Amino acid sequence: MDSQAAVVSSEADAPHGHVEHHFEDAAQQKDAATVGMWVFLVTEVMFFGGMFLAYFAYRQAYPAAFASASNKTVLLIGATNTSVLICSSLTMAFAVRCAAIGKKNLIVLFLVLTMLLGGVFLGVKTYEYHDKWVHHEVPGHNFDCEGCVDAGHTPLFFSLYFGMTGLHAVHMIVGIGILFFLIRKASKGAYTPEWHTPVELFGLYWHFIDIVWIFLFPLFYLIDRSGGPK
Amino acid sequence: MAGHTEKTGAQHIVPKRIYFAVFFALLVLTWVTTGVSTLDLGRWNIFVALAIAISKASLVALFFMHVWYGTRLTKMILTAGIFWLFLMLFITMADLWTRGWMGVPGR
Repeated sequence: MDSQAAVVSSEADAPHGHVEHHFEDAAQQKDAATVGMWVFLVTEVMFFGGMFLAYFAYRQAYPAAFASASNKTVLLIGATNTSVLICSSLTMAFAVRCAAIGKKNLIVLFLVLTMLLGGVFLGVKTYEYHDKWVHHEVPGHNFDCEGCVDAGHTPLFFSLYFGMTGLHAVHMIVGIGILFFLIRKASKGAYTPEWHTPVELFGLYWHFIDIVWIFLFPLFYLIDRSGGPK
Repeated sequence: MAGHTEKTGAQHIVPKRIYFAVFFALLVLTWVTTGVSTLDLGRWNIFVALAIAISKASLVALFFMHVWYGTRLTKMILTAGIFWLFLMLFITMADLWTRGWMGVPGR
């Protein structure tokens, strides 16, 4: 939501290569926008960081519950979804590259591909959530972690699982919303090698979401899969 | 040009082969870490998984996010962010890891 505001306002500030009076030149203006986006991403690091801390603290407190609960996630689905997100980062990187070298049609193509891959990721995530629901692995009244060690503390794992992957998914949904906007503008030829700041800043946001998932994947799918504390 | 002597992020076109190399490295690392997770390395599983995750995140940040080609200010902001994250995680966890060592009453 914040990032959408950032992308939109940078566009309002600098329509088509116009340099605002408080900047010396277009390059400085672009550097300022980039720095602003990075500062926003650092606040996002802190946002997710608090949840990572909660994960590590509870894993430290209840290692056996976390180890057995983490075996309830499906490894192959997690690895596949990670790969899908990495593909979408590649197409995003190419969208930015095409904007920088002025291949206007390819910008649209790569942005659409990025959006489709993001949609695939969310689709798989929906399937996983549904699977968890069916197997009574959603914390609450019907919760039942079948065959889990220290089952009383396993809802903590699943709360963190839904909280963290859910927050990540919200970021993906916001990203797809911004992509609609970017694709519409790009198809009108708004982005040129001289000025394509929204595409570039959105790229930073999209890659950041990828990085968050790169850490969520080991925490919820990989660690303690084999052995681990019993 | 006061205050603007630093090289700028003006235009830097990253060669395609670098993007493809990073992409394949990320995919390979994903499947390596997936495979390793099925081996029982005891307490080392978490370190291997996190080391691979940090490597992947670094590749994404440096090349897809252009930090490698970015200004010093961008690098400094990112480093500061990682440093504060490290402080939050490490100092809190240092407390939790060591609480059991001395049998403090009411731990």
